[in-house]
Amino acid sequence: MKRLICLALLLFAASFRPALAVTPERVITPGGFEAWLIQDHANPIMSLEVAWRDSGSAHDPAAKLGLGRLMAGLLDEGAGPYDSQAFQRRLEDLSIKLSFSSGADMVQGHLTTLSRNREQAFEMLRLALSQPHFEPEAVLRVKGQIEAGLAQSSEEPASIASKALFAASLPDHAYGRENEGTPETVRAITESDLRAALGRLGRDNLIIGVVGDITPQELSRLLDSTFAPLPARSNTKPLPQADVGTPQPGIKPLVIKRPIPQSVVQFAFQGIKRDDPDWFAAYVMNYILGGGGFSSRLTVEVREKRGLAYSVYSYFYPFDHGGLWLGGVATENAKVAQSLSLIRRELARMQGKGVSAKELADAKTFLTGSFPLRFDSSPNIAGLLVAVQSDRLGLDYLEKRNALVEQVTLGDVRRVAKRLMAPEKLIVIVVGQPKGL
Amino acid sequence: MGMTMIPRLFLILGLLLTPLVSHAAVFNPQSFTLANGLQVVVIENHRSPIVSHMVWYKVGDADAPWGLSGMPHLLEHLMFKGTNSVGPGLFSKIVARNGGRDNAFTGSDFTAYYQNIAASRLELVMKMEADRMANLVLDPKLIETERKVVLEERRSRTDNDPAARLREKMGAAQYERHPYRNPVIGWEADIRAIKPADLQAFYRTWYAPNNAILIVAGDVTLAEVRRLSETYYGPLPARDVRDRKRPDEPPLKGPKRVELRDMAVRQPLFLKEYRAPSRRLDALKQSHALEVLEMILSGGATSRLYESLVVKSKLAASAGASYNAESFDWSEFGFYASPNPGVSMDRLEAALEAQIAHLLAEGVSEQEVARAKTRLIDGAVYARDSLSTGSYALGRALGTGQSIDDIESWPERIGAVTADEVNAAIKSVLVEKNAVLGLLLSETKP
Repeated sequence: MKRLICLALLLFAASFRPALAVTPERVITPGGFEAWLIQDHANPIMSLEVAWRDSGSAHDPAAKLGLGRLMAGLLDEGAGPYDSQAFQRRLEDLSIKLSFSSGADMVQGHLTTLSRNREQAFEMLRLALSQPHFEPEAVLRVKGQIEAGLAQSSEEPASIASKALFAASLPDHAYGRENEGTPETVRAITESDLRAALGRLGRDNLIIGVVGDITPQELSRLLDSTFAPLPARSNTKPLPQADVGTPQPGIKPLVIKRPIPQSVVQFAFQGIKRDDPDWFAAYVMNYILGGGGFSSRLTVEVREKRGLAYSVYSYFYPFDHGGLWLGGVATENAKVAQSLSLIRRELARMQGKGVSAKELADAKTFLTGSFPLRFDSSPNIAGLLVAVQSDRLGLDYLEKRNALVEQVTLGDVRRVAKRLMAPEKLIVIVVGQPKGL
Repeated sequence: MGMTMIPRLFLILGLLLTPLVSHAAVFNPQSFTLANGLQVVVIENHRSPIVSHMVWYKVGDADAPWGLSGMPHLLEHLMFKGTNSVGPGLFSKIVARNGGRDNAFTGSDFTAYYQNIAASRLELVMKMEADRMANLVLDPKLIETERKVVLEERRSRTDNDPAARLREKMGAAQYERHPYRNPVIGWEADIRAIKPADLQAFYRTWYAPNNAILIVAGDVTLAEVRRLSETYYGPLPARDVRDRKRPDEPPLKGPKRVELRDMAVRQPLFLKEYRAPSRRLDALKQSHALEVLEMILSGGATSRLYESLVVKSKLAASAGASYNAESFDWSEFGFYASPNPGVSMDRLEAALEAQIAHLLAEGVSEQEVARAKTRLIDGAVYARDSLSTGSYALGRALGTGQSIDDIESWPERIGAVTADEVNAAIKSVLVEKNAVLGLLLSETKP
């Protein structure tokens, strides 16, 4: 066994050469739209992902939280000549998948179609974006669904913890609010609010990624007809920078009491943005700390050695205008104190000593070797093309990304650990009935 | 019941892909069987230089000895704890070090292990997977630690979640004797009762090449998989594996009603599940008709239940139906609805019952059937888009007693379903005494 493994590692120098082109084509249309395209004609389907910068839920007015989400949820509920049910029926009859969603930073649209229905699919996307009805019936219905969803998550321990954690970490920023909405703010949304929110989706903040069975010429024509009706300028502007406040040293965990057998713990401190020069060093460091499945330090200490939890994890959560480092563990009420102290100890160890050469080498082989696994389904790859554009990483990013991981040195990790790891600034939320905290 | 999959590791980003469609489609698999009985399936897909290597064992929680529910799942966790050649915990580390992701999951009828990795690493993972098929070391100390992990997993999944506790109670109401009554993760007392010797015996009984299916999908060729599987799985001896014979289950004498009230419930839920045939035990050839029925009732915004309860009467925030033919013994045909704010559960229940009564009285139309069939068959094209979908669909089907032909001819069989067949299935399955009703209610106000 050992011999084979060593051999395998030596051979791993070979780089990632998929049949699928890895560098997308940049398609610039006569109408001035830009899309990144990866052609793949093996299967008669195509996926398009679209997003608008600075259009997401963090741009909702404070009294209308949930607006971005509601607007996105209503775009496929009646448009052009079709009322809500006729619109949906047409999508279903043509097996077209079309939906919209809103994250904190961006509203996104997702379209997947069989080649034979491509024209109709783009037409439905055009209608959804340019002539949505916001019919009162549909507005009321989707509001009811959002309210039902809020009610359901209102007593889910992980959801309670997450809301409290964002509020505690970013109290003065739109990222820290309840951007899914509250029953009151969702009820308060009017049709004119929805129309105003639709104005966030302009031609100037549009990002498009396409994968599948389509040529640049066909795509170019369809993009022009689909997106031409959008306003030339979006009505939003970038958010201010989000900074995590520095809590008092020795800050106590915030306990939210619930009568459940297992406490759900989530924690955070300041993270970094995706365009930070230290991004890859931080990413590699966190893989070793708590991001890497069974190999991470947190999993080994908390789960593998002591059986204290089923899940323990950490990750960087970059926004477009800020970032958090987040983590969590779920453990029996009696074991919260022990689990948290192990986690703090690991943060301090990372801050003080960084990582070993072996850990760094293992992290790199995982992070570079597993990158091709992200090139699975067409919607996933199209989503990746949007993310790369949104983060302004460049057309050649997918090709050079593994080299950027390889460049991270032990010194980089040590520096970034000193800069970012802050066990003394850890903001901790516990939902449950923890003992001994 | 085979539907419930309990993965070994909680994945933050939902990386354990839920199959896009619950059905198999045309994946053009190639297949052969090794001399020791291991069935090998290859799905070539050269889009990216990656492979998915999966082993499915035809054993699940329903095969656990009485009083030891959860043992197949605990054993699945312990499969990562080492052999004589790969030390405890090293399996996943080696996979990761080679750029791969691995995990495993357990259902009522099967247990599966997989690695997604660069195609050049197939030999490595195959060698390690074959090794733990025969040479697992069960260390009592590691068993105790992992038992704690599983108890925490149970708390996360079930004890902390009222809806999961309701489903657990409904399973026990649906089946009196058959082990489908047990949750895949196991009852807490059972998890605590499992002894190392029980695990060892279970491993010896069921983990054998002739009780397994190897599925390799991705950038490989049949010849390469044949060569590698003969090298690594070929030498493993076949074992005497007994038939999966679970206790008989008497007909349900329902309807039975199960309620769960909890302070944490803010959004109530109504469920109704009728016992239904699986694909394997489908004496009346109803499983494809039931899939068409599920699509008519629950396939999106213009489906019957959504249109009537959510769009028209506005009583429900969500409503639909569920059916999964991939089960070794029985399956269930289910209905669900959750109310809009301010709507009482009595009204919602009555409205859903009226829909079921209407379905029984009037049946479905040819037009509805034709539309549902087109959508199901188009779904097969989408299913080919992702590497993992084919492996999951084939694994679940073969693991529950179906053949590759059953899967490949699925679009054809769906295409042949008539309205009369759907209506006959409705009359035979949606029988009141075959139903278990479940209500998830808030503690304060019903």
